[in-house]
Amino acid sequence: MTVYIAAIPARRRERCLLRASGEGIARRFRSAALSGLPTMPYQNVLLANVGKPNSHTLAAYLASGGYSTLRKVLKEKSPQEVVEIVRASNLRGRGGAGFPTGLKWSFLPDKHPGPIYFCVNADESEPGTFVNRVQMEHDPHQVLEGTIISCYATGASRAYIYIRYEYPLCWKRMQAAIDEARAAGYLGRNILGSGFSLEVYLHRGAGAYICGEETGLIESIEGRRAWPRIKPPFPAVEGLFRKPTVVNNVETVACVKHILERGVAWFKSIGTPADPNDPRDPGSYGPKLFGISGHVNRPGCYEAPLGISCRELIERFAGGVWKGRKLKAVVPGGLSTGVITAEEIDTPMDFSGPLRVGCLGLGTGCLIVLDETYSMVDFLYNSCRFFAHESCGQCTPCREGTHWALQMLRRIKAGRGRIKDLDLLLEIGDTIGILPGTTICGLADGAAWPIKTAIRKFRQEFEDYIKHTNVAGWMETQPVPALEQSAVAH
Amino acid sequence: MADLRLTIDGRQVVVAQGATILEAALDAGIYIPHLCHHPDLKPVGICRLCMVEVAGRGMTLACLAPAEDGMVVKTESQQIDKVRRVALELLLVNHPGDCLTCAKNNRCQLQRIAAYVGVSPQRFARLRRTEKTLPPDDSNPFFLFDPNQCVLCGICIRTCDEIVGANAIDFAFRGFQTMVSTLSGRWVESSCVSCGECVVRCPVAALVPKRYQQPQHEVQTVCPYCGVGCTIYVGIRGGRIVAVGGDRQSPVNQGRLCVKGRFGHDFVHHPDRLTTPLVRRDGQLVPVAWDEALELVARQFDQYRGDAFAAMSSARCTNEENYLMQKLVRAVLGTNNIDHCARLCHSPSVAGLARTLGSGAMTNTIQDIAQSRCIFAIGTNTTAAHPVLALKVVEAVRRGAKLIVANPKHIDLDRHATLRLQHQPGSDVALLMGMARVIAEERLYDAEFIARRTVDFDAFRASLERFPLEFVEQATGVPRQHIVEAARMFANHKPASILYAMGITQHTHGTDNVLAISNLALLTGNLGIPGGGINPLRGQGNVQGACDMGALPNVLPGYQRVDDPQIRSKFEAVWGCTLPPGPGLALTEMFDAMLRGQIKAVYLMGENPLLSEADAQHAERALRQLDFLVVQDIFLTETARLAHVVLPAASSAEKDGTFTNTERRVQRVRKAVDPPGEAKPDWWIICQIAQRLGASGFSFSHPQEIMSEIASLTPIYGGMAYQRLEPQGLQWPCPSMDHPGTPILHTQRFATPDGKARFVPLDYKPPAELPDDEYPLLLTTDRSLYQYHTGTMTRRVEGLEVLDGQERLCINPHDAAAMQLADGQQVIVRSRRGRVMVRVKVTSSCQPGVVSLTFHFAETPTNVLTHAALDPVAKIPETKVCAVRIEPLDGPPQPGLHQQITDTTSCAGR
Ligand SMILES: Cc1cc2nc3c(=O)[nH]c(=O)nc-3n(C[C@H](O)[C@H](O)[C@H](O)COP(=O)(O)O)c2cc1C
Ligand code: SF4
Ligand code: SF4
Ligand code: SF4
Ligand code: SF4
Ligand code: FES
Repeated sequence: MTVYIAAIPARRRERCLLRASGEGIARRFRSAALSGLPTMPYQNVLLANVGKPNSHTLAAYLASGGYSTLRKVLKEKSPQEVVEIVRASNLRGRGGAGFPTGLKWSFLPDKHPGPIYFCVNADESEPGTFVNRVQMEHDPHQVLEGTIISCYATGASRAYIYIRYEYPLCWKRMQAAIDEARAAGYLGRNILGSGFSLEVYLHRGAGAYICGEETGLIESIEGRRAWPRIKPPFPAVEGLFRKPTVVNNVETVACVKHILERGVAWFKSIGTPADPNDPRDPGSYGPKLFGISGHVNRPGCYEAPLGISCRELIERFAGGVWKGRKLKAVVPGGLSTGVITAEEIDTPMDFSGPLRVGCLGLGTGCLIVLDETYSMVDFLYNSCRFFAHESCGQCTPCREGTHWALQMLRRIKAGRGRIKDLDLLLEIGDTIGILPGTTICGLADGAAWPIKTAIRKFRQEFEDYIKHTNVAGWMETQPVPALEQSAVAH
Repeated sequence: MADLRLTIDGRQVVVAQGATILEAALDAGIYIPHLCHHPDLKPVGICRLCMVEVAGRGMTLACLAPAEDGMVVKTESQQIDKVRRVALELLLVNHPGDCLTCAKNNRCQLQRIAAYVGVSPQRFARLRRTEKTLPPDDSNPFFLFDPNQCVLCGICIRTCDEIVGANAIDFAFRGFQTMVSTLSGRWVESSCVSCGECVVRCPVAALVPKRYQQPQHEVQTVCPYCGVGCTIYVGIRGGRIVAVGGDRQSPVNQGRLCVKGRFGHDFVHHPDRLTTPLVRRDGQLVPVAWDEALELVARQFDQYRGDAFAAMSSARCTNEENYLMQKLVRAVLGTNNIDHCARLCHSPSVAGLARTLGSGAMTNTIQDIAQSRCIFAIGTNTTAAHPVLALKVVEAVRRGAKLIVANPKHIDLDRHATLRLQHQPGSDVALLMGMARVIAEERLYDAEFIARRTVDFDAFRASLERFPLEFVEQATGVPRQHIVEAARMFANHKPASILYAMGITQHTHGTDNVLAISNLALLTGNLGIPGGGINPLRGQGNVQGACDMGALPNVLPGYQRVDDPQIRSKFEAVWGCTLPPGPGLALTEMFDAMLRGQIKAVYLMGENPLLSEADAQHAERALRQLDFLVVQDIFLTETARLAHVVLPAASSAEKDGTFTNTERRVQRVRKAVDPPGEAKPDWWIICQIAQRLGASGFSFSHPQEIMSEIASLTPIYGGMAYQRLEPQGLQWPCPSMDHPGTPILHTQRFATPDGKARFVPLDYKPPAELPDDEYPLLLTTDRSLYQYHTGTMTRRVEGLEVLDGQERLCINPHDAAAMQLADGQQVIVRSRRGRVMVRVKVTSSCQPGVVSLTFHFAETPTNVLTHAALDPVAKIPETKVCAVRIEPLDGPPQPGLHQQITDTTSCAGR
């Protein structure tokens, strides 16, 4: 029942792992011809226009029925009705945390005199994640239409689309789309005669992962250091310029458009239904974009229903592990989520699946596949490098902990590791983050999860590595100072 | 609001609404480890050490979470211990562990937390990383920043932002590289004003004073410098001052200090201090014993009784000393020729406000300023001259108040201003009357207040006809719409407070300026209310007190007129003498009288007119003509070098007494250390001289006894007694021993005979000397934050010299370009009266056509240039405006000694 939507004949490139933007992969996507892939009953929605000629232009978008949903919504629905529909659909945010979107919108104060702001999070800096990029490069009007409808629903008069610096084409195409839409009356004053007015601005990041955290993003738009704010107050109460603000992911607003177009019943017909035994489970409904990278035959961006298994994504969509090798581990939803082992790949990719196998969650739904030859020590070292580099430096446990973990990994890689180090690393992993309550934002959790899952699930490999590289001292339990940075090649 | 009751570790704790859990716990004496919390600052919750468990809510940050009624809090649990321990260990592993040799040993918060949490040496050593070798920044002369010690709590940054408003520092970089930094990386090259507020709050040894010793004991006293009168604690060890800190309980400064008050006390122990009396013999000043010097002085003074005698009292001496000085002059030497430097600063305020309100002092309190909704700061470079008071302005702005800054120069306060008016020097009356006109025309005035509490409104209103906005615009150079905007802003935000200083008073029409200010405040009904008022900011530490004590030619203590026979007889009865009936000569008139040979002997206490007097060469000529000049000071000042007898005085750190600050608060000055050598307190010296002149009524053994006499004769000081001044002082008027003092003047009635305030119609008068073809530039004078008055004290503080140790002629880039002057180049500045040599500082803080100098530097005696044209009422010279020309010196431009890379320092400092 699943469909193979769009795959990329992969040009092999070793070590494209852990590239924050999926740079290489998306480039290949653009040049890819959608050559004769089998189609199945599932109808592409989010990626429907991708691959059509000039899909990024207004003309192409209109030809495929674009902006008719907006027109209909403005004419027939009140903002409250739109919020109600989104709430009824149980749409959950696609940016990583999976928070129910309708619920988030309902936190906005009633009858606020305004202004209310809407931020579209297009910072997409989570390693392995590149699906928003595909959307913005190939179907910017879809993102825009979703944004306009979401702003209408939330009463926002201004939207900021925060695009990471490394996405120049997204920037160009989104800006062109905004200009076209404005000229055509889909933006600006009194949109389509509805009385609703909206301006959309692009804001370009400057190369920091933390700007994707919603309050870091807000601070950044305000022109300050992107130091995440302490919550509460949540952005819905006090956000951008201290006004009520909604932050949603690119894919989330795109889903909003489709829910309004096709209805709640359609949306709920896709995905994993809510657990009837858990009244608090909103379920995992709707289509989802999955970015697959790493050691697979066809890395790329695919659309499938939530709940599809990890195995199916790798084997049927991405063409299986490359070079005939065996699978070793998969990062299920962006680096922050941790790793699952080859034994766990039947895990359903919905909001609760990865949780059940000890990961942070579905995250961004972007998989990084590691084959049997890849060292988990390298994996963890790369992961620690990333998070130590991206910590904003505000909270003690995150600033010091991520750096300290990196120092430890450096030492292990330099052949001076000790088995005891693994326990210390786990202790750090267990105590930094919002879940243990020690940090302001989730970056530290993101740093902790790869540490916890990699060491717990691949402890033998780590121990073997340490024993082999530090033959004389691996069992040492006497204290030894950690390595100095300069002593280890980066 | 009702108090909250919560349970912390099983103990019932009661706190006021709004307190956080951490505050509740600390209040109740329950320690919760914390690093980034500081009671003066907004909580940020970044160190993550103050974790507690709240029943039903789990792990919570105590410094952020508001305490709630019925809350049950645990400060210890396994989970708390675990996360706190890891966070702490991570901090410690990067922290140099050499506590025993650390400047903060025993006072370090990190140490305290480590001791509380307990750190296992085993684990610790395993985590430990030996490296972190960032270079310390020792560029600031007073404190050192060592990033290796820093725990990144951000307290310094928030202090500099929230309290000081200097915004000199911020976090730079990210992740583990995060560090505290100025924009350029070096502290001196930033907008830092060296106040040290960040240093006192730093919980570890990342920011430490360069010179610090733990004191043996501390003495509470008052800062020896400006009129804000900050309460300080002087730390003493081995008879020397080793540390100075602010008094957190003080209503004046809440513990805050500026660079001078915190770091500028080295002068007390300076080797240049006078230690024995000196007498001129064969043209040389030679040391003699006290007896000999005093005998000589008494003998000489005896010959010049009456109007051949004059005395200059001192705003740096205590109330008791000023009282004795005027008593000596009036009761013993029989003349009213007594004055002091208030003549040169706020005599127009005393004269002008006495006329309109009946009392010439700040009407409101310093603390009050924070409550204003609009602050109009005109002719005051508050951050430089009254730094700690300026913090209140910043605080008010932070609370949403409007700030209008009117100043011919671009000043640091502009950064906080809602509206900035850069008017021509000397055009204040036009500006103020222009604003009044707008308020009158748009009927924004407080008609009810005017009707109920003032007189002469109609005459005043008619005089506004003489200030059409076209004229005002042209006279002030301020665009008309700004004047209108300022008027509306001022009138529409009540309470509104006016702050002013020497920019208003030091003019030939200084009194008119003050009257114009008074008119504006009356028009909008801003008197007698909290957050409002007219607030002349007094310059020197006890200039308010010196005026209160009658060190003025026309009034006895408490502004009781000498020409009132009833008053005189009251004093005569107590002092046992006959008092001269007519007012004496004002300070500025005394010099002419000396030149005329009318005044032959002068007793000069703690003043340095050779540098401070307008047209200083004229003053020098006058002093040189005297038959007998006695100078009593702590240093051999430029003026003292001319004296026949020099008497060594004790500094304010070496004696007891009281100072009255700018908000009329009488505060105790306490002896902290012994005077050097033979130096004696001024009150003792005056008493000795008086006794040797055969006078009675000068046998005091302690200043306390002098205060009793003051209280008995001075209604506004009637309730002052030393035991009542503990610990915060009292604000006059305080007529009786059970009176609580008066924070705000004129709440019910004005101090005028009929209880009503007066409007005064005004005319515009231009300054006495304006630029012309021969002298094409307008010279104005101002102050540096890092220096004080003629520099006798501050120039003997090495660090202040590093920060600003040289005079600079500030000149606009346009003018500099037109004259082909480069920054740092040496020039001669010439006026009709004299010339000085100085280096140029090219800065846009001056408007085109205007140049400025301070008067702190003896090498560059600015006042030889200034014009001694006097205000007819207050007799103040016009030191703010004169005409000069600039003559370049040949030779290549030399960079200044302390040339700064950025221009920001110029705004911060001057
Ligand atoms: C360190 C960090 C980085 C994040 N980066 C992104 C990002 O790049 N894009 C994104 O959509 N959400 C990101 N998030 C999640 C956002 O904080 C936020 O939850 C999301 O934008 C909300 O949108 P949604 O409800 O539509 O998912 C990040 C969160 C953290 C803690
Ligand atoms: S958890 Fe890390 S990234 Fe997030 S606010 Fe704290 S220090 Fe910054
Ligand atoms: S000394 Fe004062 S001005 Fe300088 S950085 Fe510290 S707080 Fe800011
Ligand atoms: S210098 Fe001191 S106050 Fe400033 S962040 Fe570092 S430790 Fe905190
Ligand atoms: S503001 Fe004035 S009184 Fe206060 S510390 Fe500074 S110089 Fe001293
Ligand atoms: S004191 Fe609460 S987080 Fe620092």
